[in-house]
Amino acid sequence: MSETRVTAIDALPGEFMMWVLIMSELAVFGAGLIVFSAVRLTDLSGFADAQAQLHTVGAGVNTVVLVTSGWLAARAVGLAEKGRVRATRVSLGGAAALGVVFLWIKGAEYADKAAAGINFETHSFFTFYYLLTGFHAAHVIAGLVIFALVAWKCQPRLVETGAQFWHMVDLVWLLLFPVLYLVGRV
Amino acid sequence: MKYPTQKIAFWYFLVAMILFAVQVTVGLTMGWVYVDGNFLHDILPFNVLRMLHSNSLIVWLLLGFFGAAYYLVPEESERDIHSPKLAYLQLAIFVLGTAGVVFTYVFNLFEGNWLLGKEGREFLEQPKWVKAGIVVAALIFLYNISMTVLKGRKTAITNILLLGLWGLALLFLFAFYNPANLALDKQYWWYVVHLWVEGTWELVMASILAFLMLKLTGVDREVVEKWLYVIAALALFSGILGTGHHYYWIGTPGYWQWIGSVFSTLEVAPFFAMMAFAFVMVWKGRRDHPNKAALLWSLGCATLAFFGAGVWGFLHTLHGVNFYTHGTQITAAHGHLAFYGAYVALNLAIITYAMPLLKGREPFNQVLNMASFWLMSGGVVFMTFTLTFAGTVQTHLQRVNGEGFMDVQDQLWIFFVMRFGSGVAVVLGAILFIYAVLKPRREVIDPGPVEQARLQETPAE
Repeated sequence: MSETRVTAIDALPGEFMMWVLIMSELAVFGAGLIVFSAVRLTDLSGFADAQAQLHTVGAGVNTVVLVTSGWLAARAVGLAEKGRVRATRVSLGGAAALGVVFLWIKGAEYADKAAAGINFETHSFFTFYYLLTGFHAAHVIAGLVIFALVAWKCQPRLVETGAQFWHMVDLVWLLLFPVLYLVGRV
Repeated sequence: MKYPTQKIAFWYFLVAMILFAVQVTVGLTMGWVYVDGNFLHDILPFNVLRMLHSNSLIVWLLLGFFGAAYYLVPEESERDIHSPKLAYLQLAIFVLGTAGVVFTYVFNLFEGNWLLGKEGREFLEQPKWVKAGIVVAALIFLYNISMTVLKGRKTAITNILLLGLWGLALLFLFAFYNPANLALDKQYWWYVVHLWVEGTWELVMASILAFLMLKLTGVDREVVEKWLYVIAALALFSGILGTGHHYYWIGTPGYWQWIGSVFSTLEVAPFFAMMAFAFVMVWKGRRDHPNKAALLWSLGCATLAFFGAGVWGFLHTLHGVNFYTHGTQITAAHGHLAFYGAYVALNLAIITYAMPLLKGREPFNQVLNMASFWLMSGGVVFMTFTLTFAGTVQTHLQRVNGEGFMDVQDQLWIFFVMRFGSGVAVVLGAILFIYAVLKPRREVIDPGPVEQARLQETPAE
């Protein structure tokens, strides 16, 4: 008797192991955000003062940049499935370029904080700010490497796996942005 | 046993079990030191006993892993071990090194000597010549196993096993780096200690467990492999940054408190997955393997590892909790159940599975072996509870009320007496296990007609 029954796991689009990674990442960032929110309750005014020093507009622009990049990655999957290698690579290149723009804006904000003498130890708000956005930025860099690899091979299955990862990076930023930058602002 | 060179495993398992007996005997002696206070103080001080207890544990577990690799790699790769001669040379180096370590710790003739003296770092006390010997033996082993795997069939089990064993050997190199700054020393020291037991060893554990499940339950290899990859991914994802839970109070930056807390909380996941894996495989099983004792040890291993490493680890891993419990008997409770569940039980599972085949015996129900499982596991679990209660009381008296260390130790005496009692059960269990594996040739309980018919249908493999 062979098991030909299609399970929920088989029905998932994309690479199964990537889903395992995505769930693990969401668990980590989710735990980080929950802990951040809990610690914030113990020092509302301190967190508000620290938050006031962030560049909300820059982060808002970055949100648009990253979501647009995600759209280009999704578009690349469709193109790869149609076998349009060149168009797939252009689309992936665009997604990666916007990833670089994201890092550049993020880097400018880090540089600005450093110039103002703000670091990990300044306030517990900034400990979380650097940990969460820093881990996220590291994933953006990892995403760029993944884009380079899947664009090189350019097989539909691989492009889909790369897009899967990139959407996770997108999603995490969409969770970080409101909680770190917006919640509590008047 | 399909391949003659699998016989190598027998000698590794034999030496491992001898050291296992040494380890628990020294442990029991230490248990009495806790009760009496000054037992053997002039002959074998407590710190020497502790070195012997922990070092012999690590060495016998490693020998068990090597034995397991020499047993399962031929079956997985479908060919004999590349060089049996090198395998026996490797074992000889380990035996010599172990003898050298015991001699150095007990007589301490070369205090301060660069090459021959003990190095004074907890768990990595071995003199430099022994460390070098370990590296040489590890290189021989990796060469031998890798050559066998490369020339043969590649499976997920051998892939993950090799990843774990290579990582284990490379990380040991940090044992040679010993910065003068104590905080830095500890930071690198954990690269060996933590990234072994909560990283690379987990990969070894998962792959050996997968091999056992494959053999004992007859589930499709494809299913086993999917689980194995998920478990390996979870172990590395959580375990590597989980090192942060050792960086709370040693002079490293404060952000490690959050990295350590979050990632080491997730370290429960791979252990939960291994437990779920073992039970699901049994449910999905297509064969009823006659070696029931091996199945008992495999399920016991997955379960006790989840509780010892997972639950008892989580118990004191959050930095807000660890601030109070750090270095109390809570740590000892976790250490004992985690090592027993994850690695001792795993080794005893593969030994229980392989020994009847290595010794060319008919499969038998191994009642004595199963009795030793319950005696030993019962003892270790009792010990864990005793030490957990001792640690709770200790945390309150010492860390909350601020009483002196030795005053508190006096008040914990009753717990130490109970722990000694559970230690007696563990030692008796260990002796019974070794006897059960090596000696009896007959069934202790005659199988009934149903079981006999089934035994004839399902040969051992």
